[in-house]
Amino acid sequence: MLDLTPKELKTREALRINPCKTCQPVGAMYAALGVHRCMPHSHGSQGCASYHRTFLSRHFKDPAMASTSSFTEGASVFGGGSNVKTAVRNVFEIYNPDIIAIHTTCLSETIGDDMNVYIQDMDIPEGKYVVHTNTPSYVGSHINGFYNMMSGFINYLSKKTGVSNGKAAIFPGFVNPGDMRETKRLAKLMGVPYIMFPDTSGVMDAPMTGRFEMYPRGGTTIPEIISLGDCKKVIALGTITSAEPAELMKKKFKIPFSLLPLPMGIEATDRLIMELAGFSMQDVPYELEEERGQLVDILLDSHQYTYQKSCAIFGDPDTVLGLTAICTEMGMIPKYVITGHPKEDFVREADALFGKYGLTDCKARANADLFELHQLIKNDPVDILIGTSYGKAIAKAEGIPFVRAGFPILDRYVHSYLPLVGYSGTMRIVEKITNAIMDETDRNCADEDLEFVM
Amino acid sequence: MEKNLRILEERKKSIRDNSFFCSGNGKGISCERASVSGTVSQRACVYSGARVVLNPVTDAYHIVHGPIGCSSYTWDIRGSLSSGEETYRQSFSTDLRETDVIFGGEKKLSAAIDELVAEKSPKLIFVYATCIVGVIGDDIEAVCRKASEKHGIRVIPVKAPGFSGTKSQGYKLACDAIMELIRPCSGISRENGVNILGDFNLAGEIWTIKSYLKKIGINVISTATGDSSCESLMRLPAARLNIVQCAGSSVYLADRMQEEMGIPFIKVSFFGWEDTSSSLIRVAEALGDMKALEKAIAFTEAETSKAKEFIEEFKPRLKGKKAAIYVGGGFKAISLIRQFNEMGIKTVVVGTQNGKADEYEIMSRITDEDTVILDDANPSELEKYIIEKEADILVGGVKERPLAYKLGVAFCDHNHERRHSLVGYEGIRNFTREINISINSPVWALCK
Repeated sequence: MLDLTPKELKTREALRINPCKTCQPVGAMYAALGVHRCMPHSHGSQGCASYHRTFLSRHFKDPAMASTSSFTEGASVFGGGSNVKTAVRNVFEIYNPDIIAIHTTCLSETIGDDMNVYIQDMDIPEGKYVVHTNTPSYVGSHINGFYNMMSGFINYLSKKTGVSNGKAAIFPGFVNPGDMRETKRLAKLMGVPYIMFPDTSGVMDAPMTGRFEMYPRGGTTIPEIISLGDCKKVIALGTITSAEPAELMKKKFKIPFSLLPLPMGIEATDRLIMELAGFSMQDVPYELEEERGQLVDILLDSHQYTYQKSCAIFGDPDTVLGLTAICTEMGMIPKYVITGHPKEDFVREADALFGKYGLTDCKARANADLFELHQLIKNDPVDILIGTSYGKAIAKAEGIPFVRAGFPILDRYVHSYLPLVGYSGTMRIVEKITNAIMDETDRNCADEDLEFVM
Repeated sequence: MEKNLRILEERKKSIRDNSFFCSGNGKGISCERASVSGTVSQRACVYSGARVVLNPVTDAYHIVHGPIGCSSYTWDIRGSLSSGEETYRQSFSTDLRETDVIFGGEKKLSAAIDELVAEKSPKLIFVYATCIVGVIGDDIEAVCRKASEKHGIRVIPVKAPGFSGTKSQGYKLACDAIMELIRPCSGISRENGVNILGDFNLAGEIWTIKSYLKKIGINVISTATGDSSCESLMRLPAARLNIVQCAGSSVYLADRMQEEMGIPFIKVSFFGWEDTSSSLIRVAEALGDMKALEKAIAFTEAETSKAKEFIEEFKPRLKGKKAAIYVGGGFKAISLIRQFNEMGIKTVVVGTQNGKADEYEIMSRITDEDTVILDDANPSELEKYIIEKEADILVGGVKERPLAYKLGVAFCDHNHERRHSLVGYEGIRNFTREINISINSPVWALCK
């Protein structure tokens, strides 16, 4: 039995136990995979690339391609310049991508490799691109890596021609391909011409074709990234994940942005829809009104099973805030809301959500780990746990139902294909949570209480 | 299909493909070398090698000194089972931050050890130095020594910066750490029995091997590192013989133990009936135990014929299929080729991440001439040869699974994600079942 967590909470300042985050480069790799015909490149030891690819493969159940500079002892002393130059030449020669997106690692950052200089010295084939971003693993989390890579692409490629392309730049946040598809569907329904960046749909959820495509059909194209500078507006989803690239767009190209929470739950999805409507000046089509109405219908059908149920939610900051919003709309009490990402804005935003529903006994923590979450639950239990695969040990130890949502989900299939965002994504979560609660009731109730109708 | 299927000139030395490989030059496959920069290598790093070998020590606290990634990616991924404690399945790290990188991480490491001691009651802590620690120059040996004295427990440093070699270098460092742990016990009195080295108890495999040895009357003193504990490891020096299963990771440990403690070793393999039977017999022979030898012969004969019967049932469904193999070590690859032969499946592609020259030689002897052999292959090479050689199934690890599936080729995980014991006679049955389940699933018809 995996119950190794003592109840008594002690202060820890140096020791991290059972993390609720990982390092920057994997986020950068994921963002780069959302660019069409792009090869992510890890400038560090080959273990990094191997771990990141494995991690992404285990979540998406799809191949995650990336190359590495394969640092040696010599490179760590004399710098990784010759490694990365050789690497870039080889990658173009053998894998023929249109663009290579380099991210650094703790190693190359610490020895002080200057990627700007290395890239200037490279022989880059005609019509091809090499971009980079700095992703020191000892700063922030994989969330930083994701938005730093976005900023890297924007800095290198995006241009303002002065002629507007009439489009909205939509930054989807660190979400699954299924979420990106859903956000694009909403934009289309609202008549908004858009460039979604990055876009891993069609890459990390590519269909089976009987062939291995190193570069599947999906991903934001290079011309689209260049054209980001001519967008009318940036709609940035995920207040923590998408803030920096949105600011960058404003600073570089004077493009205004709206920074919204991930569209999870009715209110947050409404906000996105109104934002899209404001852009296209179109009415909300009946199709979306119907979806919204269905969702409300579902919430009221099931409300007696979820009202006042307590939950603990953990994972990436924006996803956790989104799940928290949904839970509050379901009348639940999000007692512990936790991310490993070290940014206190998270706590402020979670507190605002609690405040809106008059919840006083809920705790939000940034820079936390799952050992701490488990201790909190041991001291004051919850009815249900919601988060990544790493929660399963806690759920089993405490005997509470567990709903998987977020990144990474390593032990279940289909998760990344379907959305958590939008009205339909919210329906999916509502179904998952109510089912988990009701299954638990069925499993534990006395024989005479088992009901066919609930 | 042409575009992605080129082979880099530098890589050709590491591949036996009759279209360009010159087998007459007496040199064989180029291996045991660093990867070419810029390839999508399936290989990992020094740290990863050390981590996977030591991970199965069930009551050890593994503190990863570095940024969080190195710890989070290795959190309970090995699939090693424990009959006792589950301590090793947690993740401990110093989660180094920018200030630590600037001012040094030694203080944080010793604070982390103090906090761990306050939180739990560790007997044994392994401290791994990752890439960055190698660069900022933390003296983790000194920190570990002081912590050891302060708390009266074993705190063993594993200096494994990722860039300092290949994964095999990491195996060596892990073996050194075990030596450091057990050296104080090198004088304990000998008992009649063996140690099993280089088995990590994936899916409970060490339990299978132990049960066979028990059946033929051979006592198992200790294991490294599958299902081991601090206490059980300390008993390693008591054995009369070491039997080494995963040669790649643990021959070095056996070598050290032979040199320092005078314990001889033999290499064994428990994959497939040929290997399992001959290994059991050789263990009895090496111990000079005639009674055990008799029992081994009888046991292996009986089990082999049962296993053969089992495979015969499946053969009609498997015969004539073609297999591709891509695994970590050469020894396993060799065992797999033999097992496929037993099923009537021809191995058309075989490669390893870290195989050795002599292992590649065996591979080329036991396969047909047109079988492609690769060292440190990348996905495009695997793709090229899986397609060209029309393989029906790929045996590999986590990174190979999605590749196989995208090609519409069946797959069997022979690495950390294996679900069933694949060793011994029981393993033959499980392996055959798994191959059958994947190769004959109706899903492939839907892909066409």
